[in-house]
Amino acid sequence: MLATAMALALVGCGQQADTSASAEQPAPTEVVLASTTSTQDSGLFDVLIPAFEKALPRYKVKVIAVGTGEALKLGETKDADLLLVHAKADEEKFVANGFGVERQDVMYNDFLLVGPVSDPAGIKGSADTTAAMIAIKKAGDAGKATFVSRGDDSGTNKKELKMWGAAKITTPTPDADSWYLSTGQGMGETLKVANEKAAYTLVDRATFLSSRKANPDLVVLYEKDKGLLNQYGVIVVTDAKNQSAGQAFADWILSAEGQKVVGEFGVTEFGQQLFVPNAK
Amino acid sequence: MQLFVDAWREGWAMLSSSSVDVWAIVFTSVRVSGTATLIALVIGLPVGLLVGTKRFIGRRAALIIFNAGMGLPPVVVGLIVAMALSRRGPLGDLGLLYSQQAMVIAQVVIAIPIVMAITAASVAAVPRELILQARSLGAGRWRRSILTLSEARMGLIAAVAGGFGAIISEVGAVQMVGGNLEGDTRVMTTGIMQFTRMGRYGEALALAAILMAIVIFVNVILTGLQTSADRWERDSR
Repeated sequence: MLATAMALALVGCGQQADTSASAEQPAPTEVVLASTTSTQDSGLFDVLIPAFEKALPRYKVKVIAVGTGEALKLGETKDADLLLVHAKADEEKFVANGFGVERQDVMYNDFLLVGPVSDPAGIKGSADTTAAMIAIKKAGDAGKATFVSRGDDSGTNKKELKMWGAAKITTPTPDADSWYLSTGQGMGETLKVANEKAAYTLVDRATFLSSRKANPDLVVLYEKDKGLLNQYGVIVVTDAKNQSAGQAFADWILSAEGQKVVGEFGVTEFGQQLFVPNAK
Repeated sequence: MQLFVDAWREGWAMLSSSSVDVWAIVFTSVRVSGTATLIALVIGLPVGLLVGTKRFIGRRAALIIFNAGMGLPPVVVGLIVAMALSRRGPLGDLGLLYSQQAMVIAQVVIAIPIVMAITAASVAAVPRELILQARSLGAGRWRRSILTLSEARMGLIAAVAGGFGAIISEVGAVQMVGGNLEGDTRVMTTGIMQFTRMGRYGEALALAAILMAIVIFVNVILTGLQTSADRWERDSR
């Protein structure tokens, strides 16, 4: 009885091996795309990658979602074939140091200042981003508000630090400022901490909308200011393992077809455009 | 290889400079996991002793549960504790999520089955005749328990090492319930994850080296205790 079952199983295996071997299509080339957790958390890749693989079936994309810092490092060590990140100054430095072929604008989205409905710092209706940051700092010093920072060197974190700087506020630290928390984690986790602690945080629109259910106590308090725009760039890594495949992805996302997929993402689900394509 | 050399040089510079908070992270790790191990011992030792020495209905089931509990995935513990402590969870009013207390709770849950299972196994291995003899010589319940535990001390040492080693190296649960907050709930394991994600391999490697050193140190101490106990046993024969 057992022997029969095993024999059958063996026959089964043999057949399976046969069919896969007789398939004529060669294995697709793998493209390693290093990007940021916020892009991953927004759900953009769930739409973008299948569209690309459908347009060019000879490639298969593997996304590694990390902070911008590690994404750039993965490019330096050539563990990634291309990068899709959002920290323009660092990206330009990366290319200038010879690690990337070229940096090109892909799309932009915007950031939101979110926090508890009670808005203890009163940032709703601030004149501009700078005024909102000053209000948070003041309320924080008075012990009335908390701000949760990514603190992970990510594009979002860099943006936040730039916003404190623009408001002429010395970068807060958890050591010196008890109202300032730093998670060192991705956007999803950081939002959860903000939700739990009834605190303010800076988040990109896409991630906020797609994780709204998980964080019911957070609302948008300040948005739609030019100080909150966030530009994404694509870079093909020089001498990467599959540089040509990386180039193919970059060319596709910058093409009319790729740009259309970017622009339409989220419209049906959230009723608003999440990323604005702006490739030249 | 150059990557390791550069990272290590960078990490070493950090460890020797007092400006960085690496040591604060190490201190938090040791304090949280040390506290959790102590609590797990207080709860786990008596229960392990009871289950290991007494015969009662459901004993087998208890042993199966402990042994299965040793393989309890920390990330599952993290999920359950995080949900329970969340403001919308049953224990939300305590406001404990993303605090050191929450990390201790999760680590106690992870360590208890380890302590219980190892204790139960080691006290069960103590010869019954010895305990019966002690009883016939008039030793009371307390004395007999102490005798059993002291006979099983190798196993108990293993229980401490196993519990502490498991939780100080654990990352999933502490990340979920602690939140890796700088200067508060950031421990070595979550710090290593974060610094790796940021591409700061120097800091990551420095923390990894300290974590390894602590785990090895604990095991050296415990092995030392074990061998000296062995010697004592041999000599007293």
